[in-house]
Amino acid sequence: MDELRDLYQEVILDHNRKPRNRRALDDATHRAHGHNPLCGDQLVVQLRCAEGKVLEAAFEGDGCAISTASASLMTESVRGKGEAEVRALHEQFHRLVTTGEADLDQLGKLAALAGVAEYPARVKCASLAWHTLLAALDRKVDQAVSTEV
Amino acid sequence: MNGLGQRVGTDVGAWRADFPLLARTFRDKPLVYLDSAATTQKPQTVIDAVTRFYSWENANVHRGVYKLSEEASARYEAVRPQVARFIGAPGPRGVIFVRGATEGINLVASTWGRANLGPGDEVLITGMEHHANLVPWQQLCKQTGARMVVAPILDDGSLDLDAWLTLLGPRTRMAAMIHVSNALGTVNPVQHMVAAAKAVGAVTLVDGSQAAPHMAVDVTSLGCDFYVFSGHKVYGPTGIGVLWGRESLLESMPPYHLGGDMILSVTFEETIFNEVPHKFEAGTPHVAGVIGLSAALAYLDDCGLARVQAYEHDLLAYGTALLGEIPGLRMVGTAPDKAGVLGFVIDGVHPHDLGTLLDARGIAIRAGHHCAQPVMKRFGVAATARASLGLYNRREDLEALAEGLMAIRGMFA
Repeated sequence: MDELRDLYQEVILDHNRKPRNRRALDDATHRAHGHNPLCGDQLVVQLRCAEGKVLEAAFEGDGCAISTASASLMTESVRGKGEAEVRALHEQFHRLVTTGEADLDQLGKLAALAGVAEYPARVKCASLAWHTLLAALDRKVDQAVSTEV
Repeated sequence: MNGLGQRVGTDVGAWRADFPLLARTFRDKPLVYLDSAATTQKPQTVIDAVTRFYSWENANVHRGVYKLSEEASARYEAVRPQVARFIGAPGPRGVIFVRGATEGINLVASTWGRANLGPGDEVLITGMEHHANLVPWQQLCKQTGARMVVAPILDDGSLDLDAWLTLLGPRTRMAAMIHVSNALGTVNPVQHMVAAAKAVGAVTLVDGSQAAPHMAVDVTSLGCDFYVFSGHKVYGPTGIGVLWGRESLLESMPPYHLGGDMILSVTFEETIFNEVPHKFEAGTPHVAGVIGLSAALAYLDDCGLARVQAYEHDLLAYGTALLGEIPGLRMVGTAPDKAGVLGFVIDGVHPHDLGTLLDARGIAIRAGHHCAQPVMKRFGVAATARASLGLYNRREDLEALAEGLMAIRGMFA
């Protein structure tokens, strides 16, 4: 499995085994539903925001290890951040999973997903949660998000 | 022989050596190719036939008055009787070259379907159809006011034949059925189904995409009206396939695509269409594809489909037993009569992770819905992993798969 140490790192396996913040958010202010038609994965991201900040993020749904770990890591990393910060973080994350290079300091734990860049077929797995989060921020309440758009 | 004088391996163990691509390595590991249901690799004779056509024989067909074009036309037309023999058809006139099985089904749905279906009519399909034998009928029914009826499948992936027979009736104008399921491997009792459908006056179409590579097909004994298969799944090129149709039906059908080659005469006011099968082959056909398909069918004839079937049957049983030993693995598709396909899921490991992690071991499988989303829904999964067999696979390939799956299970535990 040496070749995949970069993709299936222990951080990813751990977040897949024990996803953080995988639950419903009763007092959510923002919500969106994401779908990857290529693999059938579905995801709901809920946020509790106040004064322009994400106070809490949670997700529901089942997917592959990459999509589950990405969602789990995302909910941790956006917590407490302002909307502009979240968008900047997504930009870095997108660079990371498509090129393998990004501002690793800014990304923190999210850097564990750098290996995705070597597997173009799996970029959408890592991106689904983020696309859904951005849709939620845009207040597209319950509007379906597709990775194919 | 269609290759450059190359002998085709005739021993089971020698078949593998006929496929140059299988010598490739990925991530420093020899390729273990277990995705033949998606597309098969090509024997050297097919590659050589296509190369020779473009190097030495290329011209447009049915047009030129010069020798080269006459040769190309003769080569092209000679494949029609070869295809007819390959599928046990009475003659070459019912053989129509299309892009693949998908186009063949679309052709029938668009031409026969639009001319013959209306409100009150029914199209009966099975719950295990590939989208290619579902979506064209579904859309046709929306356009014509006919109704699509779907027969359920049993827990082991077999067709619920009793239910299918109950759904078949005087309203059934078309019974379209997959011969071998690409997602489950189930071999359907097509001969029995066609006989029952004929008894109620229905027209029958059999999607043979996953049958033609694995067993000898005989449309005469099947009794069906239409049979389709794709070249690239029978060790031939992509972009070429066959629709075989009963001549009397083909005669009665309007043309599909309109343009050159499918006409006898054209004025600004009127067009007289060409005869069957040319009526259905508008424009310059995929001549090189047909030449490659010819080499592929010759290759399968040399191997002997009865031997291929027996060999793959053993291999499938071996693979089924190996996978059965893996804790947490559930086979999806365990019908008594199967061909070529091992579909499965593993507790706690998504099929896409299996696919990527097996790829790291040089093992190519398919993960996803296999263009059969209703089948996935029926079995309560979003996706499955699928290992599928070709005549070049060996027991070692399945051993590598089982070993890989055990290791991946350990990672995710």
